[in-house]
Amino acid sequence: APDPAITELQDWASYLGVGVDETPYGLPIKFETDVVRRSVPWLTASPISSINFTPIHALEGTITPQGCAFERHHSGAIELSKDDYRLMINGLVDRPLVFTYADLERLPRENHVYFCECAANTGMEWAGAQLNGAQFTHGMIHNMEYTGVPLRTLLAEAGLDAAGDFADKWVYVEGADASSNGRSIPMEKALDDVLVAFKANGEALRMEHGYPVRLVVPGWEGNMWIKWIRRIEVTDAAVESREETSKYTDLHEDGVARKWTWVMDAKSIITSPSPQMPITHGTGPLVVSGLAWSGHGKITRVDVSIDGGITWETARLGKQGDTKALTRFYYDMDWDGREMLMQARAMDDTGYVQPTKDQLREMRGENSVYHNNCIQTWFVNEEGVAENVEVS
Amino acid sequence: DAVANARAAEAEIEVLAAERDELQVIAAAGGGLTQPAPVAEAVYGLGREALPEEIAAWDVDILPDGRGLPVGSGDVWTGEEIFVEQCAACHGDFAEGSGNWPVLAGGFGTLSDEDPVKTIGSYWPYLSTSWDYINRSMPFGNAGTLSADDTYAIVAYILYSNDLIDDDFVLSNETFMDVELPNAGGFVLDDRADTEYTVWRAEPCMTGCKEGVEITMHASVVDVTPETEEEAAAEEAAVVTEPAVEGAAVETEAAVDPALIEAGQSAFRQCSACHEVGENASNRTGPELNGLLGRSIGSIDGFRYSSVMSDAGEAGDTWTAEALDAFLTDPRGVMSGTKMAFRGVRNPEDIAAIIAYIQSVGSE
Repeated sequence: APDPAITELQDWASYLGVGVDETPYGLPIKFETDVVRRSVPWLTASPISSINFTPIHALEGTITPQGCAFERHHSGAIELSKDDYRLMINGLVDRPLVFTYADLERLPRENHVYFCECAANTGMEWAGAQLNGAQFTHGMIHNMEYTGVPLRTLLAEAGLDAAGDFADKWVYVEGADASSNGRSIPMEKALDDVLVAFKANGEALRMEHGYPVRLVVPGWEGNMWIKWIRRIEVTDAAVESREETSKYTDLHEDGVARKWTWVMDAKSIITSPSPQMPITHGTGPLVVSGLAWSGHGKITRVDVSIDGGITWETARLGKQGDTKALTRFYYDMDWDGREMLMQARAMDDTGYVQPTKDQLREMRGENSVYHNNCIQTWFVNEEGVAENVEVS
Repeated sequence: DAVANARAAEAEIEVLAAERDELQVIAAAGGGLTQPAPVAEAVYGLGREALPEEIAAWDVDILPDGRGLPVGSGDVWTGEEIFVEQCAACHGDFAEGSGNWPVLAGGFGTLSDEDPVKTIGSYWPYLSTSWDYINRSMPFGNAGTLSADDTYAIVAYILYSNDLIDDDFVLSNETFMDVELPNAGGFVLDDRADTEYTVWRAEPCMTGCKEGVEITMHASVVDVTPETEEEAAAEEAAVVTEPAVEGAAVETEAAVDPALIEAGQSAFRQCSACHEVGENASNRTGPELNGLLGRSIGSIDGFRYSSVMSDAGEAGDTWTAEALDAFLTDPRGVMSGTKMAFRGVRNPEDIAAIIAYIQSVGSE
C-alpha cells in the first residue's frame, strides 16, 4: 500500500516551522532526548563527588559534544569566571608568575584532538560482567578538539634555569575547586604535549569540564587533566597527593599496588549493536560501529569477532588513526539472524594488542579498579537484543 | 618517544628565548610593539610576578619528607572532639566509615583478600598525604577551614583509630616524621612495559584461536544497570490504576514565588554538605531541616547540639524566619558557641531564597 507519510499532506509540509532565534543556543531536537549522560547512583556516596557516563552507544564519528561528555567532580562543578581566574606558576622557577585569563589568550596557541578517559573506565567489570550498556561499561571517555597554550610555553615564561636537570623534576598541578585536586606530572611529559586549554570543540569549556581553563594531558588518565587549574609548581619530588596514593593506584592480587600508572593502554568497544542499541531491522546488511583509542599513540588496526574470539576479521577504520585520539571503526556485515558473540580488539602503533579480560586478571587479579582495557563481549540473540557477557 | 619529545621541547624553549631576544631588540628600537616586555628574562613578558603572600596562600602542599608542614601540634583527644563534630557524619565516630563514604581505619592484612579494605592505616604509603588532603580538601563542603593545629589533631586521632600511635602521642611538625605508615613499602612503580607490553606486543591470532566458546557470565543476572527514564516512566504508568481526581490539586496556601524557591535551591548548595531537607532527609554533620520553621531550636532527637542551641530550645525559642535570617547572616555572632562551622550567607538575598526553599521541600 502507498505510504501515507508520502501520499498525505503532512503538517510540516504545510504549516510554518519555528523562526530563527527561537533557541539562541540550540539544543538537540526533542526526538533525541535520550542521548544524555547517565550515572550509576550506587557507585558513589554523593552526586557531588561522583561520575557520569557519555552516551557513546548513541554517538557517531569521533568528536564528543560537550553537552553529553562525561563529568567527574570531587567537590562539585564550580562557577569560576574569567575575571576571577588566576593561574600561578611557582616552585623551582626563575620567576614565579601569575597569569590572568586574558594573558593566556595572548600566548601562541595550538589545536589538538585528544581523548580523555577516566582510569576507572570499565572498572566495575573487573570481577565479572556487571553493567548492561556501552555507556556504563565504557562511557567514562570523551574526545574533543582542544585549543590551548602548550605548558612548556608557560614554563619557559617562568624560566626553568632554577630547575636544573629536568630528569628528576616534576610539575605539581592543582585545581581551584574545594577538592583542590592535585597531581604530580614528570617534567618530561610536561614539556612534551601537555596543554593549558581554554576551548573545546571551538567554544568555551563547559563548567563541568573546568571552565575557564583546564589541563589536557594527552594519553594519560583523566584524573590528571586538572580542571579549573589554578597552580603549577615545579618540584624536585612527586607530592604523593591523595589522588596518586590512596586513589589511582592499582592494587594487585598479591596485595602490592602499582603506582604512577599514567598511560591509558589501547582499548576498543563496539558501540552498536550493544545492549542499549539492539538490532531492530532484522536480517541483512548490518553496520557494526565502534571506537578504539590508545594513550601510546595511533590506532593502526581493529579486529572484530562475531564468534566470541575464535575467528577475527580486520575492521575498516573510519579514517586513519590520530595520536591519542578516538578512532572510529566499522565492520560491515550481512547478518543472517544467528546469535553472535561480538568482540573488538585494538592495536596501536607500538604493536600493543588489546588483551582479554582473562589475560588482565592473570596479570593483576580482580581488585585493580583502574586501567581495565579488556576485550568486551556483547551477546546478540536471534531477536537482535544485546547483552554484556563474559566468555570462556 | 617522550624523551626525544622532551629534548625537542628544550630545543624549542631555546628557540623561543632567541625570539624573545629579537623581540626585545625590536622593542628597544621602538619597533611597533605597543608595550615593552615587563619581565626582563621572559619570552613574551606576559603574566606578573607572584607575590610572596600569594604563593604562601596557595602553595600549601605537603611532601612525603614533611616539607611544607607548618608549625603546630594536636593530640588524640582534641582530635576526637573535632573528628566527631566535623568528620564523623561521613566517616563514622571511629573512622570506620558510613554508607558509601570512605573507611579511614582498620583493614590491616586485607590487601590480598577478595574484598580489600583500603584505609589510611592499611593502604596509604605516606602520612603527609592525609595531612595535606585533610587540610586542603576537608571537611567535604567546608574545605580550607581547618587550622594547622586542628589538622594535626585530626590526623593524630586517625592514627590512633588505626592503632598506630598511643593515646598520649602529640603529633606536631617535629614528631610528624617519627610516624611511618605500615604500607609504605606496598607500592611498585608502573612496570607494565616489562611485565605486560613485552607479552602483548605480538601478532594476534586470526583463525582457530580457541577450540570452542561458552558464555560464563551474564550482566543481566547481576541486574545492577540503572533503568533509563523511559523504562522507569513505563513502569510507573503501569502501577497507577486509580484515575486522578479532577480538581484535587487545589491551592491551599498563598503561592510562594517559584523563582525564589529555585534561587533558594541553588543557594542551598552552601548548606547541603552538612544539612539535608526534603523526603528521607536525615541528620548529617548538621541536623535535618524538615519542618524547620516553627520548630523548637535544638530539638531533633539524636543530634548532638551545642549547648547554646539546646539552651535556646529549653528556654522555649523556636526557629522563625527572623531568627533564621539573623543566624544565617552571622552564625557565631548570634549563637556564640554553635558547632556550625560556617561563615554565614554572604548575600542577604540568598537568605530569603534559602528559607523559601526549605519551606517548599521540607514542610511536614
